[in-house]
Amino acid sequence: MAEMKGADAVVQALEREGVEVIFGIPGGASIPFYDSLYSSSIRHILMRHEQGAAHAADGYARVLGRAGVCSATSGPGATNLTTGLANAYMDSSPVVAITGQVATPFIGKDAFQETDVIGITMPITKHNFQVRSVSEIPEVVRKAFHIAQTGRPGPVLIDLPKDMQEGTAEVEFPEEVSLMGYRPTYDGHPKQVREAARAILEAERPVILAGGGVIISGASEELRQLAELIPAPVVTTLMGKGSFPETHPLSLGVLGMHGRREANHAVTESDLLIAVGTRFSDRSTGMVSCFAPEAKVIHIDIDPAEIGKNVRAHIPVVGDAKRVLGQLLGVLGEMRRRERSRSWIEKVTLWKKEFAPELEYDDVPLKPHRVIKEIMEFLGEDDIVTTEVGQCQMWAHCYMQRSKPRTFISSGGLGTMGFGFPAAIGAKVAKPEVRVVDIAGDGSFLMNIQELATAVVNEIDVIVAVFDNRYLGMVRQWQELFYDRRYSAVDLGSSPDFVKVAEAFGAFGIRVERPGEIGDALKQAAEAGKPAVVDFVIERECNIFPMVPPGKCLKEVIG
Amino acid sequence: MQEEHFIVALVEDRPGVMQRIAGMLRRRNFNIDSISVGSTEIPGVSRITMTVHGDRQTLEQVMKQLNKLIEVVKVSELRQAESVVRELALIKVSVKNERARAEVVQYASIFRARIVDVAKQSMMIEITGDEEKLSAFIELMRTYGIVEIARTGKVIMARGARSVKVRETR
Ligand SMILES: Cc1cc2nc3c(=O)[nH]c(=O)nc-3n(C[C@H](O)[C@H](O)[C@H](O)COP(=O)(O)OP(=O)(O)OC[C@H]3O[C@@H](n4cnc5c(N)ncnc54)[C@H](O)[C@@H]3O)c2cc1C
Ligand SMILES: Cc1ncc(C[n+]2csc(CCOP(=O)(O)OP(=O)(O)O)c2C)c(N)n1
Ligand SMILES: [Mg+2]
Repeated sequence: MAEMKGADAVVQALEREGVEVIFGIPGGASIPFYDSLYSSSIRHILMRHEQGAAHAADGYARVLGRAGVCSATSGPGATNLTTGLANAYMDSSPVVAITGQVATPFIGKDAFQETDVIGITMPITKHNFQVRSVSEIPEVVRKAFHIAQTGRPGPVLIDLPKDMQEGTAEVEFPEEVSLMGYRPTYDGHPKQVREAARAILEAERPVILAGGGVIISGASEELRQLAELIPAPVVTTLMGKGSFPETHPLSLGVLGMHGRREANHAVTESDLLIAVGTRFSDRSTGMVSCFAPEAKVIHIDIDPAEIGKNVRAHIPVVGDAKRVLGQLLGVLGEMRRRERSRSWIEKVTLWKKEFAPELEYDDVPLKPHRVIKEIMEFLGEDDIVTTEVGQCQMWAHCYMQRSKPRTFISSGGLGTMGFGFPAAIGAKVAKPEVRVVDIAGDGSFLMNIQELATAVVNEIDVIVAVFDNRYLGMVRQWQELFYDRRYSAVDLGSSPDFVKVAEAFGAFGIRVERPGEIGDALKQAAEAGKPAVVDFVIERECNIFPMVPPGKCLKEVIG
Repeated sequence: MQEEHFIVALVEDRPGVMQRIAGMLRRRNFNIDSISVGSTEIPGVSRITMTVHGDRQTLEQVMKQLNKLIEVVKVSELRQAESVVRELALIKVSVKNERARAEVVQYASIFRARIVDVAKQSMMIEITGDEEKLSAFIELMRTYGIVEIARTGKVIMARGARSVKVRETR
């Protein structure tokens, strides 16, 4: 027990959680907290917008697999965080947000900069807390990190009224907290695991579908062993990209609306779908009534509510992917296996050859495919790609091969334009030794471009690769294909000059118009010794194909 | 198949817990016919009883999504056939004359309801029972003129030794 100020208790509790960095912006209601931070070893990175802070914490969390922390003041600061929290919630990312709040006696009085952040963030956080007494601070912080980082991870918000920061009390820092209503299941039920193993032995055309949960769980090694043991081709979702090396002979790449044909075909023709850590989003399944129509579905997921939510699971296994796959490998190892015919693997391998995409374009203006290819060659396997949202994201999703988990970071569930750049900042802070490239659309980059100041001032040297088509390209593509080319509100016009903007912020800027210049420009960006923006002028109306039109089956691919 | 299902949830008694539950139900498009809340034998734990209309899959989703809420400690489905279901209603009936008054008193006694307040022009009746009993009684009272009804929503408890309990914590 020790007598201390609430704000000091918060900071000390954060230090005990191993927090090294906080992304945030202070304000009136969080000044006491910032005062305590002043004398702490925790590094605070001052962002230029709270949305940037939340995304940076999210990017940081996705790279390291542990909580990223962001902070904002009450009212507008807190509301600015919400997009970032919703984003983290949809993609199961462990973010802890700390918001200032007006002092307790003022709550409910429409005090200056008061918002009901607890009410606002209830549906977009895994849980949230408003501190009601100084002495409960250590316990609340411990619970917040515990909830954020265990089970199915997610964002947790702690709202700190100003008087709770300023007041003092006897506090005690608990090692363990018990939550009556929260006990995630990690081990798969042995009976279900055995049933899954039997189904695997019986299958003729098995396919593994790996999702974001494989990355969260750190189950890539077990996944690879299972794929090779069966053997079964592996497709991933956008969120699962990198969970299985896309360079592996059994990889068919990503599935879904903008998935690879070979992946969509394989799922459609499979007789057994082994789905691991995926929530069967509509973007990944297409029309559910014709999704994997012939397949028995094994669904391994840590969240019981995902079982049977969108796609019927014949063999559900609730548990952590790494543990369940380990159990499954154990059981399969003990069972007598029969020789499986190679014809399925041969068939998918043929598809893979047949549908191999053309990336080698020499056109001017640039084809995005070519840019993707050169960025891919520029990056090592440990380097990190983040993405904005739109065509740019889908070109990376579909064509850029990633071979390690946590090296492809994208806003999947919420599809937040403006995510990629601050997420890249968070990623670079998490892993300064690797290159970090944001695959950006011009529209998306503009949504959080102010963070160039953050990157420059803090020497966080990320590269923004702008796929500059002067369009809200993805929306334009839908208007072209499904709305008779009526281009409503998608033309971005000639402003800004991204090179000059970069330079004005003190970053390095370069424009690339010819395919021969791509490699050199990337090299210059990497060696600039400061954050860099590479403006790739691409063909304005280039579309992202293949595509499964909305409401269609995965096999009804166009383009 | 659309059916009525009974769900009992034990929840931590904290500020905002009802908002979390109501918000989740609305957001996920679940329709709740009746909901009632009260304390339990365990300090700090409340019991929520709700009735949901829908198929099996909807019921399962409601239960799983409830379980995901951190402050929800336990969720159980109770089957009507194996349980006692009760609701309490307070009904204010207008009684214009002595005959009406006498009839209302008589009906109340047949239904084992209690007269809890009497005024010149009205009476308040307290009645407990299942859905059919309450509906039948309210129907009868309509002939006299209902001034006001307050119903608690249903509560349910399994017959026999079975009980909805909080698991032991570590
Ligand atoms: C413009 C656009 C286009 C898109 N197109 C596509 C597309 O073509 N294809 C595609 O796939 N996606 C696409 N997406 C992304 C899509 O919206 C979803 O975000 C994505 O499909 C979800 O992938 P997921 O279910 O694997 O992962 P998540 O949404 O990350 O879900 C993770 C799952 O894993 C579970 N889990 C968490 N931890 C564990 C653990 N330890 N063990 C086991 N399970 C765990 C969770 O409970 C959850 O069910 C697109 C997005 C945008 C913005
Ligand atoms: C915050 C936000 N607003 C709007 C949208 C809808 N939207 C999806 S993609 C897109 C266009 C993105 O344009 P750009 O960043 O230039 O990428 P492009 O598609 O051109 O590659 C829009 C407006 C969104 N996803 N996020
Ligand atoms: Mg664009």
